[in-house]
Amino acid sequence: MRYSQEGMATDDNKNAATTTGFVYLPLIAGWLVPGAGHFLLRKWGRGLLISASIVCMFSLGVAMHGKIFSGASDILDILGFIGDLGNGLLYLVGRVLGLGVDQVQITTADYGTRFIVVAGLLNVIAAVDAHNLRTGRKS
Amino acid sequence: MFKPSHFAAVVLFALFASTVFGITQRDTPRRMLRYGIYCFVLFVGSAIVLSWLMFFIAR
Repeated sequence: MRYSQEGMATDDNKNAATTTGFVYLPLIAGWLVPGAGHFLLRKWGRGLLISASIVCMFSLGVAMHGKIFSGASDILDILGFIGDLGNGLLYLVGRVLGLGVDQVQITTADYGTRFIVVAGLLNVIAAVDAHNLRTGRKS
Repeated sequence: MFKPSHFAAVVLFALFASTVFGITQRDTPRRMLRYGIYCFVLFVGSAIVLSWLMFFIAR
């Protein structure tokens, strides 16, 4: 006996429901807000760990008086600026609040600058991972 | 102002980076945990080894 499964809660239909919509939404959301890409895909545990790691790393970097790059004067500054942009809204909030403007000339502040840049790079990796989950490239 | 020691900074860095690496580079929770621990040990271990290496070079 043949019948239509349209609208039924089959595995295929459930998968189709999670793969409809804008494909790049988890990528963009994950970039803007750390972990948001995974939250959109209902990967709560992964999203929470990613969010906590990146926000803590960025916050510790700021607490260490690390520099948030605002422009590009030489090649190292350009690379740092690109890394910082990976933080998405955290970067914007940091700039608006005037954090990380004056770099203190101590070793800890240099660690802080690296923490902020690496937090941005890790956030980009996490956003790409969310995109791969969304497209089915990763399970 | 937060002022961690060099070693504390290395441990914190390794902890956060390993967490994200583990989650993003492996598929199953068990493999994520194993890869995260592997990355953490490599981060901290390589920092300790290089530190001793530089200590002996400087002498």
